[in-house]
Amino acid sequence: MRFERRDHPSTGLVLLAPVGAVLAALVVAGLLIAIAGANAFEAYGLILKGAFGSRLGFSETLTRATPLILTGLAAAVAFRAKLWNIGGEGQFYIGALAVAAFGMIPAVAGLPPVLAVALCLLAGAVAGMLMLLGPLALRLKFGVDEVVTSLLLNFVAVLFVSMMIEGAMKDPLAFGWPSSVPVPGNAELPKLMERTRLHAGLLIAVGAAVAVWLVQARTVFGMRSRAAGLNPRAASFAGVPLGRTLVSVACLSGGLAGLAGAIEVLGVKGYVTTDLSPGYGYSGIIIAMLANLNPLGVIAAALFSAVMFVGADSMSRALSIPSYIADVTVALSLLTMLVALFLTQYRIRR
Amino acid sequence: MRVLELQSITKRFGAVTANEDVSLHLDKGEIIALLGENGAGKTTLMSILFGHYTADAGTVRVEGAELPPGKPRAAIRAGVGMVHQHFALAPNLTVLENVMTGTESLWKLRSDRAGARRKLADLSAKFGLKVDPDARVSELSVGECQRVEILKALYNDARILILDEPTAVLTAQEAEGLFATLREMAAKGLSLIFISHKLHEVMSASDRVVVLRGGRVVAERRTPETSKEELAELMVGRAVQRPERVPGRPGAVLLEGVDLTLGGKGGASLKGVNFRLHAGETLGIIGVSGNGQTTLAGLVSGLYPPDGGALLLRGHRPARHDVPHAIAAGIGRIPEDRNAEGAIGDMATWENVVLERIWDPEFSSRGIVRRGAAKQATQEIIRDHDVRGASVDGRIRLLSGGNMQKLILGRVLRAGPEILVAAQPSRGLDEGAIAGVHERLLEARGKGAGVLLISEDLDEVMALSDRVQAIVGGKLSPAIPVEAADARLLGLMMAGDWSVAKEIEGADAV
Amino acid sequence: MNVILDILSSVGMWEAVLRIATPLIFGTLGVLLCERVGVLNLGIEGIMTFGAMLGWLTVYSGGDLWMGLVMAGVGGAMFGLLHAVLTVPLGLSQHVTGLGITLFASSFAYYVFRLAVPTATSPPTVEPFRPLAVPGLSEIPFVGQVLFNQTAPTYLALALVAALAWCLYRTPLGLALRMTGENPHAVDAQGINPVSLRIGTIMAGSALMGMGGAFLTLAAFNSFFPTMVQGRGWICVALVVFASWRPGRALLGALLFAFFDAFQLRLQTVVEGVPYQLFLMLPYALSILALVLMARRARVPQALMQPYRRGER
Repeated sequence: MRFERRDHPSTGLVLLAPVGAVLAALVVAGLLIAIAGANAFEAYGLILKGAFGSRLGFSETLTRATPLILTGLAAAVAFRAKLWNIGGEGQFYIGALAVAAFGMIPAVAGLPPVLAVALCLLAGAVAGMLMLLGPLALRLKFGVDEVVTSLLLNFVAVLFVSMMIEGAMKDPLAFGWPSSVPVPGNAELPKLMERTRLHAGLLIAVGAAVAVWLVQARTVFGMRSRAAGLNPRAASFAGVPLGRTLVSVACLSGGLAGLAGAIEVLGVKGYVTTDLSPGYGYSGIIIAMLANLNPLGVIAAALFSAVMFVGADSMSRALSIPSYIADVTVALSLLTMLVALFLTQYRIRR
Repeated sequence: MRVLELQSITKRFGAVTANEDVSLHLDKGEIIALLGENGAGKTTLMSILFGHYTADAGTVRVEGAELPPGKPRAAIRAGVGMVHQHFALAPNLTVLENVMTGTESLWKLRSDRAGARRKLADLSAKFGLKVDPDARVSELSVGECQRVEILKALYNDARILILDEPTAVLTAQEAEGLFATLREMAAKGLSLIFISHKLHEVMSASDRVVVLRGGRVVAERRTPETSKEELAELMVGRAVQRPERVPGRPGAVLLEGVDLTLGGKGGASLKGVNFRLHAGETLGIIGVSGNGQTTLAGLVSGLYPPDGGALLLRGHRPARHDVPHAIAAGIGRIPEDRNAEGAIGDMATWENVVLERIWDPEFSSRGIVRRGAAKQATQEIIRDHDVRGASVDGRIRLLSGGNMQKLILGRVLRAGPEILVAAQPSRGLDEGAIAGVHERLLEARGKGAGVLLISEDLDEVMALSDRVQAIVGGKLSPAIPVEAADARLLGLMMAGDWSVAKEIEGADAV
Repeated sequence: MNVILDILSSVGMWEAVLRIATPLIFGTLGVLLCERVGVLNLGIEGIMTFGAMLGWLTVYSGGDLWMGLVMAGVGGAMFGLLHAVLTVPLGLSQHVTGLGITLFASSFAYYVFRLAVPTATSPPTVEPFRPLAVPGLSEIPFVGQVLFNQTAPTYLALALVAALAWCLYRTPLGLALRMTGENPHAVDAQGINPVSLRIGTIMAGSALMGMGGAFLTLAAFNSFFPTMVQGRGWICVALVVFASWRPGRALLGALLFAFFDAFQLRLQTVVEGVPYQLFLMLPYALSILALVLMARRARVPQALMQPYRRGER
């Protein structure tokens, strides 16, 4: 048996890849559910019902998708340029922390809401950027693989958040688990639906996806960053400034992840805790791959993950299947997607 | 005695037939040359023989016994040794380790280094292949690496030796030495096949020639009974006329290198390079691979500024030394490695065409790519340069070498460059494509451009250049007019003997 | 100053160094094996998590401790096989595949754990490996007390370092492995199939990672809880670079690292006014520092992250 590169991968096949990948992952996860003694079809029915069946469920799904779109974009933008930013989780937390810190400035509470929100988002994005520029600098300067450094920084970031919310940023009024001082009310994102948690961050996330798509498809920067990722040697022969392009990509990627953290604080929680993210940064990597690094595809992939996460919560209450099945399915879909993409490019002979 | 017999070998890759019904035999003590152009199917055939590929049809017999397909191990056991064109060596391991790998049972608890060392020393002495067993391969010269490759095969008790383009990386002197060694091996009872597309070495070193074209055997000749001319025509299949250079009229100095030095950027370093390129002339830089050509091409192409010395453009030092400024100053660049440097395989053809001029208002404004204009330009290049198999929106990966080079020439010449830097422009191309490339280069020169031709191909340099300099160890020899050059003199210059060249240059200046 | 000397001269501190180093030694050797044949295995974090869970589960459901360790190794090898199939014959991105394996293996571990223990609020415990004093030797003051009073898996880890070093530098198999990581084409040209060599080695390396994880639940602690691996896998990846891909130096790196970890743990309790989180950051910061120090100096296997397909260069 061997693999032969397809001369012309058909567009239909490429579009079909994520569908096939998700189906394959669902089949495997279904087997795991069946082994655990439940009916897989019933479980998936309950997941769908939990995610879409009620106004509340639906709003929760969209709320959950919001940060996932942004962390997915962060990974997609970076991976396009072969910048392996695995530090989305850390950038998310630092972005969130930056917002909370910015909100503690007394003057912020007096700003008009639009300005307060904008400045807070900016603070989060800038913090996320800085968080990624470190590993990039180490790569450019010392040739250190950014995968491991950005991964390790995730742990440092969460510890730093923990230190701040137990120290300088501790909310004196909070009981129990430590949390940061809440952001002032004028910086909170407006709600999109009454009596739900769904907030305007969703619009920002979708807008960001469209903007990133435009940048990648239509601008000189987009073309250069793609070239730098696909073939750095040829790109540099064509005069693409590799270092500068990577720095810009890192700013965009880190900024988006930081923005995700900022929006989560301003839209949902209002303050920072160390369990603010159930792994949004890591899920972003899966979402980016599932979308084949296409910014618009990220929206769909993020929705899929959100449906799984939200639906599995309610499903696991009804059947005794651990809600971790959602994580298993989503992680599996990354692996099946890799195989599906491979099959779009190669055919199997004999 | 027949030691090797290939019978009716057929091999297809998808729609491409690499070998069709190829039969071939080799006798004991014989040297045969497998002659053919790039893409004629020589390497595929030898890979089948060695078990790297499985043939779709046909058999391989060694000393009468059929080899199981797809098993390199069986080929090695049967006494077939292969010297790869791209050396199959691990640079971080020592010579001894490279030779020993895979020669003992993998599950032994201790390898017999002392025994291996003795055997290697014996072989080394027997065939006059001197090499230090404890040197790391990364420290060896290409000639020494090749010796290690040959020793590896001999260590496996090879009785049949296959050499894939063995002289591609050697100097003329090293090549002569190699063929003397091969002769001696044949005299000691080994049988050899070497793959080549160089007619002169085929004529001088083989007993018999098998010519492959389009995957088929088109002819077989006893070497004494054939001629270069006949072989050339058999190999190409038709008489291809390379364009002739007509004497030109050189103008002002366009580009001048003054004592350029540059530490090894992906190649050997430059240690004081001087040259002058005039308008309307071709300056040929000849040399054996690894003497600083890559670095020189990169420097002139704007990839990296010199460490010392100056590169003068029309007599002036450019304000900034980078790629966009070089292109804007009228330097057109044909990269040494088309696929690794000249094109991004997974980007569209139009993107590949405009990427290096994306800053040009023609192709972008305010950071937004002008796709219409870019695609228009690409369409024109595909039409004007007859680039086959390319579509504006298609990925460039599938273009053949010749068409890829046409596209690169097209994107460079479209801007009407005054200076053209062509590094190894016909490497790996077939005869028809080479003629096309040469025509374009002569055309550009005819229009008054200065062409800096950096090449390892002696025939090419002699055919195209007005003046020739040799590059040796990061330095350039004096320039001699091509009329004064012949293969022997250029060979001396490439080996670092510049005394005659100095005389000629001196006489020229008077 | 006295405090520091007290810490440094206590047997407990040095005993802890070896204990903390053990999972790192397993993990580092695992990564080292994979990378020596040219494959990055970022699945380690998840494989360690899964090994920790499976080892614990085996013992919890009645298996003995060694059975737990073996099962963790087998589980690790299975994920290694998955990683190998995707990255070697298919040649998929080693970065992304490895991360996928980590995410899959860890969420799968949590899933199985929750199935086995659906409701317990505090994780159920098992009886872990006890220190095994080597008769005679363990009575040597200080050195003996530290070295020969460890649990059996720690001795196993130390023996593995020597065995692996011997294998890599003294046996034909080791030579072939090193060659595969340098130039798989060369191995193929010598009649050895680099693809099967890579797959087998990745499985072996992943088995070690799984056992390293199991050490956490069966010796260092006595129960399993999610996120218990805490980046140890990533640290192992960094340690391999620090070790320049040599087993002996990998041991040194793991010990050095464990030393700082044990030291900061003890320092935390005596130094006041410094947030404990700063101490906890130390291991990660040190790993990054190790990478920076060695990045340019290390002799990287030349074929690391290069997929191998016959006939493609």
